[in-house]
Amino acid sequence: MEKRNARHTRDVVVPGDILDGTGMKPGENAYVLDGKVRASVAGIRMVFQNTVGVIPFKGCYMPKSGDTVLGTIVDIGPSNWLVDIGAPYPAPLHVNEVPWKVEFGDTSRYLSVGNVVLLKVLSVDESKKIQVTMKDSGLRRIQGGRVVNVPHSKVSKVIGKSGKRITMLKNMTDCRMTVCQNGHIWLDGDEENADVLAGAIEIIAKNAQSDKLDDMIREFISSRLPQNEFDCYDDGEE
Amino acid sequence: MSGHTDMVLVDENGIRIDGRTAEEHRPIKIEAGVLNNADGSAYVEIGKNKVLAAVYGPRECHPRHLQNPTKAIIQCKYNMQAFSVSDRKRPGPDRRSIEISKIISEALEKVVLTELYPRASIDVYIEILQANAGTRCAGLTAASVALADAGIPMRDIVPAIAAGKADGHVLLDLNKEEDNYGQADVPIAIVPSTDEIVLLQMDGNMTREEFDHAIDLAVDACHSVYDIQRDALKRRYAKTRGGVEE
Repeated sequence: MEKRNARHTRDVVVPGDILDGTGMKPGENAYVLDGKVRASVAGIRMVFQNTVGVIPFKGCYMPKSGDTVLGTIVDIGPSNWLVDIGAPYPAPLHVNEVPWKVEFGDTSRYLSVGNVVLLKVLSVDESKKIQVTMKDSGLRRIQGGRVVNVPHSKVSKVIGKSGKRITMLKNMTDCRMTVCQNGHIWLDGDEENADVLAGAIEIIAKNAQSDKLDDMIREFISSRLPQNEFDCYDDGEE
Repeated sequence: MSGHTDMVLVDENGIRIDGRTAEEHRPIKIEAGVLNNADGSAYVEIGKNKVLAAVYGPRECHPRHLQNPTKAIIQCKYNMQAFSVSDRKRPGPDRRSIEISKIISEALEKVVLTELYPRASIDVYIEILQANAGTRCAGLTAASVALADAGIPMRDIVPAIAAGKADGHVLLDLNKEEDNYGQADVPIAIVPSTDEIVLLQMDGNMTREEFDHAIDLAVDACHSVYDIQRDALKRRYAKTRGGVEE
């Protein structure tokens, strides 16, 4: 996902559009028909080395193993919890995958419906059965703070190149935040600061394709929160 | 198809009652992403037809027994509003709307990459706000734009248009009078990249030659509908691309 290569070919494509007819390989969201690579979703054409694909504008989140996700408990079974992680399928969290010793039938004492949990996707098989775990560093039940949502395709925009933008957001608003691959973002801090951060995230989601995104965010945050000189460092283009 | 009229549907110069030639379709207007709460949506006007389509999904399939363990199912609901026709239409599903729902979802299944989402369901809702013949084509045209707007992976966008026969002439895109007092109506939907036909029905009678001519007319017109669909989608995203979304 190197945006640098996509820079000069930012064409908007829709399903069925020919991406390439000169023998490139189909990348993400692309398929081959009669030797021509075609787009399968609406998005931006992206060339990377010998493959051509599409960065989608929209679409539902599909979990991949290793993803960190924020989910809500929606149902409780005797030996598992069902978690809504924003995918088209429910994700069962088994009692063996939580850091506590849970007796059979005792699940509701640990997590109840409506609780928000930070999880990791263990595996997704070909019939899209999802397994998630809470047994890893930093994974826990979330208490306090708030959750904001962005489309999952905008997650990389929130994080920025090698985490630049997320560092900027954290420094400028003095909040803690966890960005998850499913587009759910947990943030915690002063009420006022968290409001501003949530607003800044909304700006990112709305103007994800803009070149002046960093300037817009910086302006938005500093107009609402007074900044110390050293906090508001300049890191140029994304 | 059944009625009789003294109306001259096609005059001696080959001009129809709404001023079109035999091979001309009605003006088409498409707008993508008109609804905020649906995952994808589209609004289509074809002449006096006004159609709204909304898409949800892919999401968990309810009822469970409809789930397919190998691919997603497309559940389509075509509905005519009570005020869509001049006599009030009795609300609710009827024989006709169930049939249209079925053929539209079958047409869409051919292009959507359903195998990516096993056990899931993609729900398509088509509301006919105003009808003037050719609503199934308008509905399918709208539904495929709405699917693309929802970011659902699909091979291509499906355009649909009808051809038919009235006053002994083969005509493209029949309007209400031509449909009611004509001799045949043939709605067609294609996959533009391969020219495969994904929807074909026929009401009335035509000779084989007339039918072939009607298909040729409709397939050509489908390609121009396709251009309008693509244009609508690109316009939708060009807006949010560089600048601020309204």
